[in-house]
Amino acid sequence: MKKQGLYDPAYEHDACGVAFVARLDGRRSHETVDRALRALGNLEHRGAEGADAETGDGAGILVQMPDVFLRGVVPFELPPPGRYGVAVSFLPQDAERRRLLEQTLEEAALAEGQQLLGWRDVPVRAEEAGSHARLFAPAMRQLFVGASADLAGDPLAFERKLYVIRRVAERLAGEELVIPSFSARTLVYKGMLTAPQLARYFPDLSDERFASALALVHSRYSTNTFPSWELAHPYRLIAHNGEINTLRGNVNWIRARESQLASELFGDDLPKVLPVIRANGSDTAMLDNVLELLVLAGRSLPHALMMMVPEAYEGRPDVSDEVRGFYRFHECLTEAWDGPAAIAFTDGTVIGATLDRNGLRPGRWLETTDGWVVMASETGVLDIPASQIRRKGRLQPGRLFLVDLAQGRIVPDAEVKQEVATRRPYGEWFEREHVRLADLPRRAPRELHEPLRRLQLAFGYTQEDMKVMLAPLAANGEEAIGSMGNDTPLAVLSERRPLLYSYFKQLFAQVTNPPIDPIREAVVMSVRSLVGSERNLLDETPEHARQLVIDNPILRDDELESLRQVDSQLFKAHTVDITWPVADGAEGLDPALERICAEADAALADGANILILSDRAVGPERVPIPSLLAVGAIHHHLVRAGTRLQAGLVVESGEPRSVQSVAVLIGYGAAAVNPYLMLATIAELVDAGRLDLPRGEAEERALKAIGKGLSKTISKMGISALSSYCGAQVFEAVGLSSELVERHFTGTASRIGGIGTLEIAEGALARHARAYPAGSEELLPVVGLYAWRRDGEHHQWNPETIALLQHAVRGGGRPTYEQFAQLVNDDSARRSTLRGLLRFAEREPVPLDEVEPAAEIVKRFSTGAMSLGSLSREAHETLAVAMNRIGGRSNTGEGGEDPARFGDERRSKIKQVASGRFGVNIGYLANADELQIKMAQGAKPGEGGQLPGHKVDPYIASIRFTTPGVGLISPPPHHDIYSIEDLKQLIYDLRCANPNARVSVKLVAEVGVGTVAAGVVKANADHVLISGHDGGTGASPISSILHAGVPWEIGLAETQQTLVLNGLRSRVWVQTDGQLKTGRDVVIAALLGADEVGFATAPLVATGCVMMRACHLNTCPVGVATQDPELRARFQGKPEHVIEYMFHVAEDVRRIMASLGVRRFEELVGRVDLLEPDRALEHWQRRGIDLTNLLRAPDVPEGTPLRRTEPQASPLADALDWRLIEAGGGRFEVRNVNRTVGGLLSHHVVSRGLEGEWRYELHGSAGQSFGAWLAPGVELTLYGDANDYAGKGLSGGVIAVRPPEDAAFAAEENVIVGNTVLYGATAGRAFFRGLAGERFAVRNSGASAVVEGVGDHGCEYMTGGRVVVIGPTGRNFAAGMSGGIAYVLDLDPARCNLQLVALEELEEDDERTVRELLAEHVDRTGSPVAERLLAEWEPARFAKVMPHDYKRALGLTVSAGGIGFLGTETEEAA
Amino acid sequence: MGRLGAFKELGRCGPPERDPRERVNDFREFVGTLPLSELRDQASRCMECGVPFCHSGCPLGNLIPDWNDLVYRDRFEEAIRELHRTNNFPEFTGRLCPAPCEAACVLEIREGNAVSIKQVELAIVNRAWEEGWIVPRPAQTRTGRTVAVIGSGPAGLACAQQLARAGEDVVVYERDEAGGGLVRLGVPEFKIEKRLVERRLDQLRAEGVEFRFGVDVGADVDPEELRAAHDAVVVATGARVPRDLPVPGRELDGVHFAMEYLYDRARIVAGTQERGLTAAGKHVVVIGGGDTGADCVAHANRERPASVTQIELLGEPPASRPDDLTPWPRWPMKLRTSYALAEGGDRSFAISTTHLSGEGGRVRAIHWQRNSGAPPFDLVPGTEESRPAELVLLAMGFLGPEAALLERLGVDRDNRGNADAPRFHTSAEGVFAAGDARRGQSLVVWAIDEGRRCAAAVRSWLDGRGEAEPTFLSEAAVRAAE
Repeated sequence: MKKQGLYDPAYEHDACGVAFVARLDGRRSHETVDRALRALGNLEHRGAEGADAETGDGAGILVQMPDVFLRGVVPFELPPPGRYGVAVSFLPQDAERRRLLEQTLEEAALAEGQQLLGWRDVPVRAEEAGSHARLFAPAMRQLFVGASADLAGDPLAFERKLYVIRRVAERLAGEELVIPSFSARTLVYKGMLTAPQLARYFPDLSDERFASALALVHSRYSTNTFPSWELAHPYRLIAHNGEINTLRGNVNWIRARESQLASELFGDDLPKVLPVIRANGSDTAMLDNVLELLVLAGRSLPHALMMMVPEAYEGRPDVSDEVRGFYRFHECLTEAWDGPAAIAFTDGTVIGATLDRNGLRPGRWLETTDGWVVMASETGVLDIPASQIRRKGRLQPGRLFLVDLAQGRIVPDAEVKQEVATRRPYGEWFEREHVRLADLPRRAPRELHEPLRRLQLAFGYTQEDMKVMLAPLAANGEEAIGSMGNDTPLAVLSERRPLLYSYFKQLFAQVTNPPIDPIREAVVMSVRSLVGSERNLLDETPEHARQLVIDNPILRDDELESLRQVDSQLFKAHTVDITWPVADGAEGLDPALERICAEADAALADGANILILSDRAVGPERVPIPSLLAVGAIHHHLVRAGTRLQAGLVVESGEPRSVQSVAVLIGYGAAAVNPYLMLATIAELVDAGRLDLPRGEAEERALKAIGKGLSKTISKMGISALSSYCGAQVFEAVGLSSELVERHFTGTASRIGGIGTLEIAEGALARHARAYPAGSEELLPVVGLYAWRRDGEHHQWNPETIALLQHAVRGGGRPTYEQFAQLVNDDSARRSTLRGLLRFAEREPVPLDEVEPAAEIVKRFSTGAMSLGSLSREAHETLAVAMNRIGGRSNTGEGGEDPARFGDERRSKIKQVASGRFGVNIGYLANADELQIKMAQGAKPGEGGQLPGHKVDPYIASIRFTTPGVGLISPPPHHDIYSIEDLKQLIYDLRCANPNARVSVKLVAEVGVGTVAAGVVKANADHVLISGHDGGTGASPISSILHAGVPWEIGLAETQQTLVLNGLRSRVWVQTDGQLKTGRDVVIAALLGADEVGFATAPLVATGCVMMRACHLNTCPVGVATQDPELRARFQGKPEHVIEYMFHVAEDVRRIMASLGVRRFEELVGRVDLLEPDRALEHWQRRGIDLTNLLRAPDVPEGTPLRRTEPQASPLADALDWRLIEAGGGRFEVRNVNRTVGGLLSHHVVSRGLEGEWRYELHGSAGQSFGAWLAPGVELTLYGDANDYAGKGLSGGVIAVRPPEDAAFAAEENVIVGNTVLYGATAGRAFFRGLAGERFAVRNSGASAVVEGVGDHGCEYMTGGRVVVIGPTGRNFAAGMSGGIAYVLDLDPARCNLQLVALEELEEDDERTVRELLAEHVDRTGSPVAERLLAEWEPARFAKVMPHDYKRALGLTVSAGGIGFLGTETEEAA
Repeated sequence: MGRLGAFKELGRCGPPERDPRERVNDFREFVGTLPLSELRDQASRCMECGVPFCHSGCPLGNLIPDWNDLVYRDRFEEAIRELHRTNNFPEFTGRLCPAPCEAACVLEIREGNAVSIKQVELAIVNRAWEEGWIVPRPAQTRTGRTVAVIGSGPAGLACAQQLARAGEDVVVYERDEAGGGLVRLGVPEFKIEKRLVERRLDQLRAEGVEFRFGVDVGADVDPEELRAAHDAVVVATGARVPRDLPVPGRELDGVHFAMEYLYDRARIVAGTQERGLTAAGKHVVVIGGGDTGADCVAHANRERPASVTQIELLGEPPASRPDDLTPWPRWPMKLRTSYALAEGGDRSFAISTTHLSGEGGRVRAIHWQRNSGAPPFDLVPGTEESRPAELVLLAMGFLGPEAALLERLGVDRDNRGNADAPRFHTSAEGVFAAGDARRGQSLVVWAIDEGRRCAAAVRSWLDGRGEAEPTFLSEAAVRAAE
């Protein structure tokens, strides 16, 4: 499917199940293939189906060349194994086209001197594929090519030659010719199939002669269903479950490296394979392309992977010096391909898998006593008796799992890496050659050559920059916090000519990959940056390490001078003046850009390897080029010229002064930034007494704050290393012309057109004019971007609109509402929003009384997710009561709900499930009409949240199952959603918890949200919410409020177009929200594709909110967003106010419907033909905005549903729980396909109020989410092992997992349960006799557990409960842990994150707790380890991991006689 | 942003006033400001709202939250800079403005709790004068163009100052003998001491403004010649046509418009005139319940009258904010008792004057009847009443600008009789209007705002950029966008 409207295939994502099977003895057998296919079948639930249920997203298998089989089926003679290669080809069905492409391939082979042996048609059973897949099925043929005599003895050279042939043919043939594999060693079969279809579709795979010693299989889950056979995995070397977040940068960098590539092995052939990356591939395909080149150019597969997907090695004593040296050296060669990834790889001789540095994908392996190794995304994919299992493990963050068939063994990670790392003295090379910025001679910083105030004016500084941004930055060492949403115009619509940075919206991870928590998981973050010229990627020499290492990319003035005046043979800096003469006017900018690019060329030719882009020359006669434009222009110019890697770009500019501005500069290729004017301004603030700090300290804190902010920014996209973020362009431009973007920000999405260089230049000149000439004491302008100011930026919520809305619902009635609506619609919207630029088409009206009544329309309204905690109880309940009375829906937000509200009109129909899982237990879930999974929030997508301790009063704490006075952290990601198949699993879990509720997924608009939404629908959601970027928040860094996400108009239109194109629209309700206020807003939302709409700020204003923006301060003077009892008493809102507002809006909607001739709301949905750009408004057309794509009707047959018309199919029909419920207890077999065992059962128990005991004994490998939401009285004992998410949301039940009785392995040394166990558990007990994976007991708030060892990040964000660990712990234990207690045996303090906790000795109470739990552990799991510990009781071996706040709060609880609330004495820093 | 939560702990404290019994004995100002520490406490109550309704309630758009915070932090020098950003004459507004900002303060949602904004404003500017921070700021370069401003009230002065600072040569024509308009001669000395006005005039002079007092354009200068002599002309003559009382007996001696009395008293207090209208020993009746009426009552109180009575046509408003009529943040139509009545005098509401009677051509009594309190003010039968009245002052508001000059200048008028100049430029080429002459009788804050924005319009026109866009931007912002 081609790009159409807002849909762009470049934003597709995929995820999946992956597995391999190998025989250690290297013997080829058909059984290997057979087992792999069986494993694949058992991973089917991780893949997905499209609109047509039989069509899969893709499945495939990679095997060793099945020589015996092939000899048997081809009619021609084959040379000995290894001397022929097979090109597996996807060809067009059209015979003529096919022949042409075949000729291309043949000619390429001949031209490279190889022999053509013949073609074979791969037999297929077409009827086995889905109808959709069949439509696009290629003809699959295999071309056999014999090695020329000179290559016959050199298998690697032959492989290389086959690769060259393939690349030559691919380039000549273009997209039509697809060659899944072309090797003498391996063979790939794949297609747009489901896992079970694969073997049926290709009869070859069932042939007994079809033998291999290893087999790699993959089942794909794509976010949409556009046909692609090519994108199925495996590729030539890898199969991948994951996502490359830095892809765009990686691709650009590879392209930049191509001009320097040289390889003795390839010789003259190298140019033939360029470009390295085949266009239109997926991220995996591109990763495979590069990996393939590296391997064929001489590096081993583990070596290449260690380069491309390095682990986090800093500060780790367990990493050897050699390995550390290896990583450091290779950082100079290439940036990491960063993102969550489980990569299974093979070259036909070794097979293995590796995991990204943060362990964001699951992988479980086992070795049998008879020499088989099985690795898969889940345990239990093959039914292997416990007695035959020798050992079991899991893939670990950054670790390689390698099976070497030649050696016949699993090679430990450390051994593989040590071997690779000691091939050359990499560490020595690095130490010898690299230069640290800190080691360069210090130089005196330059003085400002113009008065400070003039520079500030010329660079557009405002009074607010000083007061709201810079002063807090320097004072607190943190970015300023704000609240509520952004109601100011898009940059392109603003009258105030915002800086270019403001046009760039930060992209963020949602669903398909997780954002990272840069604070609690700092261990994986790195902000180091390298400057210098890079060398040939395919070679390795000491000189490759000649890079300048910069530890913090924000340079002080003296550091910049050190760089500029660097005086060595290695480094040469050239400063490019990025200003242009004022006299040249706005037309002067384009020539200036040409000039700086030419200057950069000349400097490189002259040997410079550091380019400093400087606007220090600004003055009366010279105006600065916006620094971002200068960076983009030079970066892309050099990329195009193939010289980009000869130098690093450093920006010296007066313009950047915020986290966002620095982030965009780096995102477009700058390695470091010297914000000299920001630093000078901070010094001014100190001198003026505005900061009570010495200059040095203020500067230090500001730099630290920007560094922290950068970490946070890159982590929003799930990127952990700044070097990978550099040039990764993870931004969407809103309001820039396509010419500008194509030239200077190549590859960035910019979907509504906008301004070009001329308007940018005019803005720069206007700012310059403010500074020159003018009075000497000119004040900085007041802009009112954060807080409304009369003469400043427009805000949709302003004194007039707020007052009118409040008056309208307090007696003013319809006339006042209409005044309000008119003000919002006519005046402000046209200056603020995209919908303001639209108008309704002229239609034959219908009488108003024929339009469906307002009482029906309001049922489509809901209020936004605002937690009790962010809102006062009074405000929260007012909204709920109002929405219930009108048949709409209110939303709990992420804060649970008082069970007392379940039965009455204060109940919120929508129960939100967010990353903190506060208050989420089976009772909560069972009492919902809708369960909403919050993937992101408009005000701060990609970020978590924090409720400060002083807002956690006893009531709030009781509802969230936490401790009063203890602050609560919501992590940025849901730790059970790292991918789309994880989301599918959570949806399944929620369906079990409440089969009657509809499941909703909340997304935030950004480019690609449509494909994510398609994935969500395929994950079986009933409802998807597209939030605009402008939604509200209780507290968020200001840069997030302003600079992340895009308007809902774009996101909604993209979603509608993508879902309709996919045939998925009919199965899902689509809702939108984000600053909706009037009937006009609602109708436009409907026409763009929304079945329903949400409101948040407006109903709050109706109840009395005056947009104080003090939500984060707990001082809301109208009692809306505060927990202060005195202030809560001031709340004057009533449900009637909200009801009246909703009805005004609905009546407004009706009047518009009548004018459009539409009688029923559902007839509005998706009718973009009823909208048109308002040509009467000229200002935005002058600015080049083009709404064609927004209003594009998808190209689909007449009658294709544009709205929800049918329900999703229920996935619960074959759930094991039905049998458990029926039996009421007993013994059952369980397999990995049995997911969420106990969930439905718990719903059954809770919703019927059943008492009693429900005991089950289960045998086998349980699927994901074993024991999720387990209700009190339910006890599951599993003999076998379990996958990820066991005990998720445990609500009072008991889980025990123990090895089968006949297990041959030592339980305590083997993995028994997967990652993210007991996530969000609220009560109950769990016992695991064996090792658990990463993030054990994450965000546990009340369960008790015993486990015999955990991976990284154990007990993360825990707020309650007791955890006993009687085995090894991974890194970063107790990060973000604010409550509960962990008892850890033989804890290495270095593995504990001591930000929030202290390590203590056990007291008497503790000993009793631990002993009781251990005794129960023995009782339920038969653990000999626990038995021994009890017998030889040594409490001193345990460390008590105790959170500071929790201890304080518990202490107060005692002293205050059980009240325990800390009061409001702790003020939050603003 | 003030001190977090201070508004919960500290109550509002208004400005200190001298004892009414004492102050009626002199003409010195009677309103002060709190001592510094208390004042800063008061400023700390400001929450620096995300949407500051005070700032919106202020016609000048004063950056109230910003300077409240600066006062709380004891940064007066920065505060005066922020204050002057929007307001040329804070010492006028800090004394004379009724403070719609305070009515709109978010803390005023609970009535009676507003931040004492006006007092903070006054304290800032007083301090700034004391410290010598307020100095002339002449333009560094001059444009060589000249602009005539007719009228030296707050609108004319603000316009003149803005233009002069931008480098225009400005000549202010004022028919009275001194500058300041109503602030100089209409408002009593005890509300604003005239030396303060003079001090500002000195600043304007130092910035290059030329004043021609005692020059009545239209009488002393031919308007056509004036237009020819200047690149632009600004009419800022105020809305000085008073509303009359068409009842029998209006023609009697002793019945005067309020301004006649106030001007006489002002000149006598200033020592520039010896005799004039007086209330001494008389029964005084002031018709009209507004500020002008109050000033008449106050002046009369200082003359030892036999009695003072103030009557108002409208009915008595409720004692607290009527949320059904004027909900927050609108200006509340509620009962206010003027400073003047605190010093002496009676007042009555819902009074319709039926006629005046006299002896020997001099007024002796006023006759009135109660009315319904709201339009159409039906008289209540049987409520006829007479009071002795020897000085009757008509303070019932103003109808609009004087017509003659506007006609001579060729300026069209709108249906209320004001100069028709929606974007400050009138129908006559190069002639602008600002202040009450354009918008009708209004507050001093509006006058200053009009003057400022008119200056921007004049400059825009002079620069050949045509009429300024109907703008929501301040001059600074407009300039920034240029």
